[in-house]
Amino acid sequence: MDAVDVASIQKKKFARWGAITAAMAVGLVLTLLISLNIGAVNYPLDIIMDVLTGGGTNAQRQIILETRLPRIILAALVGAALAVAGAAMQGVFRNPMASPYVLGISSGAAFGASLAIVLGISWLPGQFAVPSMAFLFCFLTLFLVYAISRTKGGFVPVETLLLAGIAVGAFFTALVSLMKYFAGDNLEVIVFWMMGGLWQAEWKDVVISLPMIIAGTAILWLLSRDLNTMMVGEEHALHLGLNVNSVRLIVLLAASLVTAAAVSVSGIIGFVGLVIPHVVRLLVGPDHRILIPVSLLGGAIFMVWTDTLARTIISPAELPVGIITALVGAPFFVYLIISRRRKMGW
Amino acid sequence: MKLSVQGVSFSYRSEDVVNDVSFEAGEGQIIGILGPNGSGKTTLLKCINRVLSPHKGTVLLDGVDYHERTRKQIARQIGVVPQSANSSFPFTALDIVMMGRNPELERFEREKESDLQIVSNAMEMTNTAFLASRPMDQLSGGERQRVIIARALAQRPKILLLDEPTLHLDVNHQMEILDLISRLAREERMLVIIVTHDLSLAARYCDRIIMLRKGCIVSAGDVTHALTKENMAKVFSIDATIYYDERIGTHNVAVIGAIRERTE
Repeated sequence: MDAVDVASIQKKKFARWGAITAAMAVGLVLTLLISLNIGAVNYPLDIIMDVLTGGGTNAQRQIILETRLPRIILAALVGAALAVAGAAMQGVFRNPMASPYVLGISSGAAFGASLAIVLGISWLPGQFAVPSMAFLFCFLTLFLVYAISRTKGGFVPVETLLLAGIAVGAFFTALVSLMKYFAGDNLEVIVFWMMGGLWQAEWKDVVISLPMIIAGTAILWLLSRDLNTMMVGEEHALHLGLNVNSVRLIVLLAASLVTAAAVSVSGIIGFVGLVIPHVVRLLVGPDHRILIPVSLLGGAIFMVWTDTLARTIISPAELPVGIITALVGAPFFVYLIISRRRKMGW
Repeated sequence: MKLSVQGVSFSYRSEDVVNDVSFEAGEGQIIGILGPNGSGKTTLLKCINRVLSPHKGTVLLDGVDYHERTRKQIARQIGVVPQSANSSFPFTALDIVMMGRNPELERFEREKESDLQIVSNAMEMTNTAFLASRPMDQLSGGERQRVIIARALAQRPKILLLDEPTLHLDVNHQMEILDLISRLAREERMLVIIVTHDLSLAARYCDRIIMLRKGCIVSAGDVTHALTKENMAKVFSIDATIYYDERIGTHNVAVIGAIRERTE
């Protein structure tokens, strides 16, 4: 019988993971620097480095540090958040079609936002009114869907969760339509919010969303071994000593936290959370220990580039980035499906 | 190591699926749980490893009730090979077997040298080492089954539970798997419990048989005691006899024909 050198296979795998992560990290840094350079005024790299290290003129500092940098950082955060949440949702639902919005969270968030926009209802005042309502309704939706799916014994079947998510999502979508119908002059605001965009990005948005995204991502990463076994099958996970119900609840909460943080500062940006995990899975395989960090980096890179396109393509005006993520993401996804038929990593 | 199942009952809705089942088993034995479809075999198996909680009765492991143990602790004692392993995700065979070490690992702890050794042994025992780098979704049913057995072995369990381990396998692979299982019982002193409806394989490989019908034990004991003509007629509605087969050096079952079920 041929002995297998498990140790060397493992070692090679970890080395590969390290190399991919390092390459992606370098890619993200380059992406950030290059996109900082692109805009209405293009600055050469030496001026950007100058400004970043405390030099430059006041005008340069204003544009680069107060306008572009927060927006680029926020784009990276939102992309990372959606990609990580998507990877976790696909894992926990064992469903390649799952996305961060699978439980109707996006529709709930849109309804919350429209309440704030049209009726001025919110639990936080002023500029926080819309994001805070979007955030709140993300979680209200999650709890509603979870409560509907929960059986007497505390068991929560995955299929029921998905169906309840569709039902609750449809209900909130109808409410959003109702709000739009009566929105009057605010219709445009709702529509733009739902298209997803980062044109109002400020440092405060980064400050609000960063801690939540870090916390949620860390939790999901810590649960990655559990997500692996759950992806093989919930019965298998039970046999391997996993408390499936509580792990699933924690994953849903963490993924929703991350999604809610992104949605509340950027509106509903589609396709990132669906496509990026698939692309990453093709690259690194299904193991969440590597899938989650590389999805984070990949989502950030993708989002910064698409947002750069969004703010420059019809300059001086700009497109909502949600349009571009779908316009770029969908054909790329189709290309992947066609070129790797039946080998999508599932 | 002693497993003691005491008066276990389980019902879905109000229908009894397992009804007052009791038996004891010790290390090194192979126990066959036999019965037709719907006789409660799999449910009983799930009660034994506490995937389901019995509504009545208890399961003791070395005198300790399961309810006092966490899932993780149970997973260190009991390895399970469920009925079908339809993992369509491209985890490699090695990844899957490595998951068998999860119950021993702290969150985010990397597998130690000793874990890798255990995994490597489990793969050699099940003849799956050569599959290590192959994705599960490219393996045949038999190969996949062996990988899942290797994973259960990597848990270093005292009890191995197998639910219809030969169901989707070619005959030669059925033999291979059961030869492996009986070797494990003898050499590793494991208690093996196999759920099956294959009478010949049970007669050939099991030390003791528990025959279930509608959730109740009809007969329990060693092979010749349990697999009588009467019991097989009662449980499976077949006309069958057990005999000693010199060619294989153990018991075998000849199925002569079906008995038309009487309406009761």
